[in-house]
Amino acid sequence: MPFMKRNVKTSRRNPMAAILVIAAGLAVSGGGYAATTAAVASATPVSAAASSAQVDEGHKLFLANCASCHGKNAEGTANAPSLIGVGAAAAEFQVATGRMPGQASGPQLMVKPSQFTEEQTKALAAYVGSLAPGPAIPTEAQLAPNGDATRGGELFRINCAMCHNAVGAGGALTEGKYAPALTQTKAIHIYEAMLSGPQNMPVFNDANLTPTDKKDIITYLTYVQKNPSAGGYELGNLGPVVEGLFIWIFALGFIIAITIWLGAKSN
Amino acid sequence: MSTAVNTQKKGGFLAGTANYLDERVGVAGILKEFGRKVFPDHWSFMLGEVALYSFFVLLLSGTFLTFFFQPAMTPVIYDGVYGPLKGAEMSIAYASTLDISFEVRGGLLMRQVHHWAALLFVAAAGLHMLRVFFTGAFRKPREINWVVGFMLFVLGMAAGFTGYSLPDDLLSGNGLRIIDGMIKGLPVIGAYTSSLLFGGEFPGEQIVARLYGLHILLVPALILIFIVIHLFMVVIHKHTHYSGPGRKDTNVVGYPLMPVYVAKAGGFFFIVFGVIMLIAATFTINPVWNYGGYDPSPVSAGTQPDWYIGFLDGALRLAPTHLEVTAGGVTWAWNILLPMIVGVGFLVVVALYPFLEAWVTGDKREHHVLDRPRNAPTRTAIGAAGVTFYAALWAGASTDLIATNFKMSLNNVLVSIQIILLVAPIIAYLVTKRVCLSLQRKDREIALHGRETGRIIRLPHGEYIEIHEPLDAFEQWKLVDFKDYQPTLARPNAQGKITISARLRAGLSRFYFEDRIAPVSQGELDAAHHDHAPAVTEAPAKKAVTAAKKPAAEKPAAKK
Repeated sequence: MPFMKRNVKTSRRNPMAAILVIAAGLAVSGGGYAATTAAVASATPVSAAASSAQVDEGHKLFLANCASCHGKNAEGTANAPSLIGVGAAAAEFQVATGRMPGQASGPQLMVKPSQFTEEQTKALAAYVGSLAPGPAIPTEAQLAPNGDATRGGELFRINCAMCHNAVGAGGALTEGKYAPALTQTKAIHIYEAMLSGPQNMPVFNDANLTPTDKKDIITYLTYVQKNPSAGGYELGNLGPVVEGLFIWIFALGFIIAITIWLGAKSN
Repeated sequence: MSTAVNTQKKGGFLAGTANYLDERVGVAGILKEFGRKVFPDHWSFMLGEVALYSFFVLLLSGTFLTFFFQPAMTPVIYDGVYGPLKGAEMSIAYASTLDISFEVRGGLLMRQVHHWAALLFVAAAGLHMLRVFFTGAFRKPREINWVVGFMLFVLGMAAGFTGYSLPDDLLSGNGLRIIDGMIKGLPVIGAYTSSLLFGGEFPGEQIVARLYGLHILLVPALILIFIVIHLFMVVIHKHTHYSGPGRKDTNVVGYPLMPVYVAKAGGFFFIVFGVIMLIAATFTINPVWNYGGYDPSPVSAGTQPDWYIGFLDGALRLAPTHLEVTAGGVTWAWNILLPMIVGVGFLVVVALYPFLEAWVTGDKREHHVLDRPRNAPTRTAIGAAGVTFYAALWAGASTDLIATNFKMSLNNVLVSIQIILLVAPIIAYLVTKRVCLSLQRKDREIALHGRETGRIIRLPHGEYIEIHEPLDAFEQWKLVDFKDYQPTLARPNAQGKITISARLRAGLSRFYFEDRIAPVSQGELDAAHHDHAPAVTEAPAKKAVTAAKKPAAEKPAAKK
């Protein structure tokens, strides 16, 4: 430090001086921003239970970020549905996967980085859950992947595979809508999606698929996510189309290159 | 033979064996006949070989699989090592496929080798067919061999499909259900045929064992027989070659089978085998454990057949809906019948094309020198249209994957491909034909006037000309040596009548040869060289170069 000070003092016209000034400015403004946002983040309630403070916080966030489409009291408008009675699970799913707030209207809302911190998401969910009784956010015990994977696989193929593909690689629906791939989806969001039936997905309530069934499905999907194919690189798990493309482009392409080499005239 | 006798006196083991065999089965005569067969050198002549070698790999890996596969549909409770299926009820066929994949040593590798080799077999056969088509190698005397090759392609599809259905998993079961639906869509005979095939109501408990019999016995036996016929005919007809100096319809320019091609082809077999092994060892194919045992109730998204059945699946997907008509108490499901007619019709046209072209040209000569695709513009254009049509059907089988992966509407993708199916072949035809004719014109230009050197010189009287370098014999030959057809007129027959078929033939002949570029004649060539002679003499150095080049260029031809 004394060395630097002396350097700056003695020659302000040194080319290093400008760089140092800029670096110092950036450090002050960036550090200050980080400190204030950290302060804001730590100011939100940490409690897991839906305390009234959390609901209030959620209400504020709702008014600031959601009310323009869903209405001030979440009663819905021409642009967006009512959220009364959808439950905390639906709100948590939509917000935590980044689907809400929606970026642009289209056939379907896409997954994108979440716009809120985990605490803010919980607060929003608590607020929506407080409006009317609805499906709650599943507990850790409900999500633990320690069910029956065989049964889960069977249930998945019967109830889910027609849209999501047998291993959850995703699939097409009509008019640009689609069933997303489940290869990266967290257990909590799989569970909440079954409970709330987001967008084009039907609701699989607890009478339709019991919590045990849901646990089994999550167990199966977690197994598929965590265990790569025994046969080598999976080519996206997209089935015979990709295999056909692969054989034509790479295998046959490689072999043709070899035939050209073999057929070339020796010099 | 004489050498064998001579060396036998020296008492060598090899010579002794050769003599022993020769005295009993006449091996010397066979070797003399086959060992001296001449094959021309060109990469495109090796595509059929790739299919052949893939077939060998299929036989080897398939035999391994039969040791462990059990083609029975009796339900069992799975008790193997794959966790997410433990305790599930499934057929013995599926359970034994899982055992091959997870418990038999090398089983998964062999399954993947078998499946990848199957895809490569049909793909290489298809590419080989395209080569034969676009070079006109199907012309007399090879029309029948084209049909034999076509049968091999269809049998490859049959072998593939019967094999695809054997594991009795959800994917293959869905595929069989589509076939069942197509069979049931046939009026009158549909329901009976389905019942006979499946031994009652779909899926029944018979189909896997029946397909297994077809897959490991009948279909491979037929493929083997057709391969033998196919190769035997290659020996009878001799191999075709591309045009060049000294290459005629009466000879074959190349190297003998023994020892050059035995070594080359033998090595190539191991290369193809190696490529298949490499792919099978690193890339998953048909992960049957993901799909679960077959259950008629679920259908998975992304259910597709292997690529070679794709064009039929695509035809089904692209067919317009609401085409059912009830007539005479029978429902005519045109949304199923139409794609079947289109698919089968396409194959029939492919099989019969050589006969159609022979009829149109009326050419009864034998052809052993191949066409450059540009020199048969109409055929090449028809081929391009056919490839486009097939590709559109093929793409039709993956509408859902195109839609999701490129973020488009499934409906729009479907309609687009429907339009492409009808319009793109016509565009492909027109564009290809124009491209071929333009290339022919360019060839003609180069043959007559030589290559532009970019060197401008001024003649003594003040005229500026560019030096055109004449082509050497090799280049020239390629450009001028092709057969020319002219449109024929409908002629009256012995009764003095112009029949409808004669009119049709004349019409087709016009369609084929109406706009054509005639090959450069010797007279034109001489005249052109005469025109350019002064220009060439202006550059004595250049002339010396061409003169020096000529003997060097002719040398390899003489050697061959």
